[in-house]
Amino acid sequence: MNPAALIVALLVAVALAVALGVALGWAASRIEPDSDSLVERIDALLPQTQCGQCLYPGCRPYAAAIASGEADIDRCPPGGDATVRALAALLDRAPRPVDPAFGAPKPAQVAWIDEEKCIGCARCLPACPVDAIIGASRHMHTVIAAQCTGCELCLPPCPVDCIELRPATATSLRYRQSRAA
Amino acid sequence: MTELLLLALGASLVNNFVLSNFLGLCPFIGVSRRFEAAAGMALATLFVLTIASGLSFALWQWVLVPLHLEYLRTLVFILLIAGVVQFTEIMVRATSPLLHQLLGIFLPLITTNCAVLGVALLNVDRQHGLLESLVFGASAGAGFGLALLLFTALRERLDTADVPEAFRGAPVALVTAGLMALAFMGFAGLGAR
Repeated sequence: MNPAALIVALLVAVALAVALGVALGWAASRIEPDSDSLVERIDALLPQTQCGQCLYPGCRPYAAAIASGEADIDRCPPGGDATVRALAALLDRAPRPVDPAFGAPKPAQVAWIDEEKCIGCARCLPACPVDAIIGASRHMHTVIAAQCTGCELCLPPCPVDCIELRPATATSLRYRQSRAA
Repeated sequence: MTELLLLALGASLVNNFVLSNFLGLCPFIGVSRRFEAAAGMALATLFVLTIASGLSFALWQWVLVPLHLEYLRTLVFILLIAGVVQFTEIMVRATSPLLHQLLGIFLPLITTNCAVLGVALLNVDRQHGLLESLVFGASAGAGFGLALLLFTALRERLDTADVPEAFRGAPVALVTAGLMALAFMGFAGLGAR
């Protein structure tokens, strides 16, 4: 092989790498505006119950709504006053109590299925926003306490009312905090 | 037109990249636990395969061949595929953060999905034109997605089935994949050339 061919080969490879790098950098700066990082930071402060009490489908959509100014910071009963204070500090706004129209603040809780009463109808499975209920049709269900956020969304679909909410244990709380961190 | 249809049929069903060429087995086993993730993976791979086969053809035809650098094709194609995958990751992260979380490490791993490089190299070897390359890439992606989605649905069923202890997890998944490959052999001869 003569040296000229070697140089051409090197140039082609380097040119391709540089072109791809520039194109990717451009795409990244165009597609991802800076507001996304604000949404991420707000989302990190929310309790991740995905309960929908703020009238948004989950914590992240609510975070996006706060970031765009569409919703106020007082819509999160599961987070309580602590979350509102943290959000107020992040966004430089005045803290305020949680709006009672969206529900009363509650202590952390997890769902618990009374396995004597469960008929295995599987209706609570699609309701769970975090897939914390194990079970299949005609099999008894149970809740993975470490993943349950205590959002209460599994209560209405249950035909035999065999789900109740109990105070959260230390393990499940630790998990939730590790998610939020 | 018939030619292109046969090409698409061949790449997606008869010579399915996963089940008869055994390319792309890593995501096939790795991302087949949950249906949502599998559907996202299938779409992302379809996108990457189509774009990468078009771009690699252009690069081959208008850069490598005129400069007599045919021997560089593996290196150059891998570089190109890595770039397209990175672009896909940026797109997915911006449009659907949840899907990005579900796919996790398997999204960047499309780079090492040998089906993608396989399609690019086969396009060159079989001297496909631009349109043929695009059709070949898209139908290979569709075939990969079809096999992945079918396999995921089977595995979700297997999760609640009473499998003998020695077969739980990976063994029964591999047996299932083997049976699926047997079933796909039924397409042999369909539109044969």
